[in-house]
Amino acid sequence: MMESLFYLASFIALVATVLALSRANATHALIYLIVSLLAVAVIFFLLGAPFAAALEVLIYAGAIMVLFIFVIMMLNLGDSGVAKERQWLSPRYWIVPGLLAAILFGEMLVALQHHSAALSGKMISPKAVALELFGPYVLAVEIASMLLLAGLVGAYHLGRRFLARTEMEEELQEELKEQEQQRAQP
Amino acid sequence: MSDLNTIIFGLVLIGGAVGGAAVLTWFERRLLGIWQDRLGPNRLGPFGILQVLADMLKLLSKDDWVPPFADKVVFVFAPTAIVVAMLLGFAVVPFSPDLMIIDINIGLLFFLGMTSLAVYSVLLGGLASNNKYALLGGLRSAAQMVSYEVFMGLSLMGVVMLSGSFSLRDIVEAQSDMWFFIPQFLGLYVFLIAGIAESHRLPFDLPEAEHELTAGFHTEYGGMKFAMFMLGEYLGLMLISCMIVTLFFGGWLGPWLPPVVWFFLKVFIVICFFILLRCAIPRPRYDQLMSLGWKYMLPLALLNLLVTGAIALSMEG
Repeated sequence: MMESLFYLASFIALVATVLALSRANATHALIYLIVSLLAVAVIFFLLGAPFAAALEVLIYAGAIMVLFIFVIMMLNLGDSGVAKERQWLSPRYWIVPGLLAAILFGEMLVALQHHSAALSGKMISPKAVALELFGPYVLAVEIASMLLLAGLVGAYHLGRRFLARTEMEEELQEELKEQEQQRAQP
Repeated sequence: MSDLNTIIFGLVLIGGAVGGAAVLTWFERRLLGIWQDRLGPNRLGPFGILQVLADMLKLLSKDDWVPPFADKVVFVFAPTAIVVAMLLGFAVVPFSPDLMIIDINIGLLFFLGMTSLAVYSVLLGGLASNNKYALLGGLRSAAQMVSYEVFMGLSLMGVVMLSGSFSLRDIVEAQSDMWFFIPQFLGLYVFLIAGIAESHRLPFDLPEAEHELTAGFHTEYGGMKFAMFMLGEYLGLMLISCMIVTLFFGGWLGPWLPPVVWFFLKVFIVICFFILLRCAIPRPRYDQLMSLGWKYMLPLALLNLLVTGAIALSMEG
């Protein structure tokens, strides 16, 4: 039962990912990508990692993909974008990546025959994940947090000039207001 | 509960939630009417409750039109996403010690995940409509919901710390001594505001602010597809109320009455409070909403996390 569910979810993930790659319309491609991420979440759950599954839905499907769609909305691609994308999707670009992927696929099939990993059915609770993360792997967590902080500072730096502009506008408006008040007082 | 019972309860829950959302549209208008010193819909049936039926007939019999310039598939898919996500969210709500569909050890995260998936409905609806107002509404809602999700999650971590579990049943049982709204009043405050913003209800309904965006993301929607958006919004309101009761007001806990009655009584009061907020507070400007979120809500949520963590640690040690 669990095994067939696993293969079903894997199948959906594969098909959705291929469709996400091959769609010319960016919105449709992203919807397929979201479906693929949800399928991966189901796979995580079936493999006994409910915490990873929840994070997959929360962070990848719920936040990162939303921002992707956000960017697409800003770009206003329209029909010309679809036409351009279709041009890029011509079959000759698929040959080399397809071949390389096929080799990897064959390799995976051979490897799977040697190590057949069955579903263990063991559930790893969120608490166990936390104990591992803040026990032996605490250094990795700290490094990741530093990386994120650097990203945050970088984003703030990039957005600063727009911030400065709005502040200048506010100052200008305040000055105008003061001038008006002075004019109102005889 | 056995498998069959769970399935039956699930079906009852779906029916009850959808029916409840329908009745809520009437109830909200009547309650708003009382608070604003007018009558509201009171003509059809006792207290006007048959107004629900009339509205439903009207929406069902409307032309199911898709604008020719819209992205058809996505346009039809968008309103269903919010309803499905919100209904799935009800799966983890513990109505009483043994009346729930599933008790998983990631229950709280499941709820957060489902509410974050509901964003797609608004986003894709706005994008697929191919209309400037809808696009702006969709953009606004994306920014609003993604930023409020951050502190919605953070505000709940205090509750998780005190109860030591993501399972909603454990969280309710941990409140048998003291309901969490006393030690976690900051968390409740942040979660309440984030909850309103997340279900984009008035006063935070900027994605569909009619004075500037006609109707925001659902400008092009009509008939049943529009009804689905409204249904999703009311389901979201009910889900957030259920979660507030579960996480902060002791869920089913209470003396004398049976647990389920306590649960629904509390949910009812929270829903009334949400409706009261709607008629009491004016809509903020969009930049005010965003700066309120990032400049006040986020530091408050972090402060709550820090203090709760310190207290939990000192109690243990």
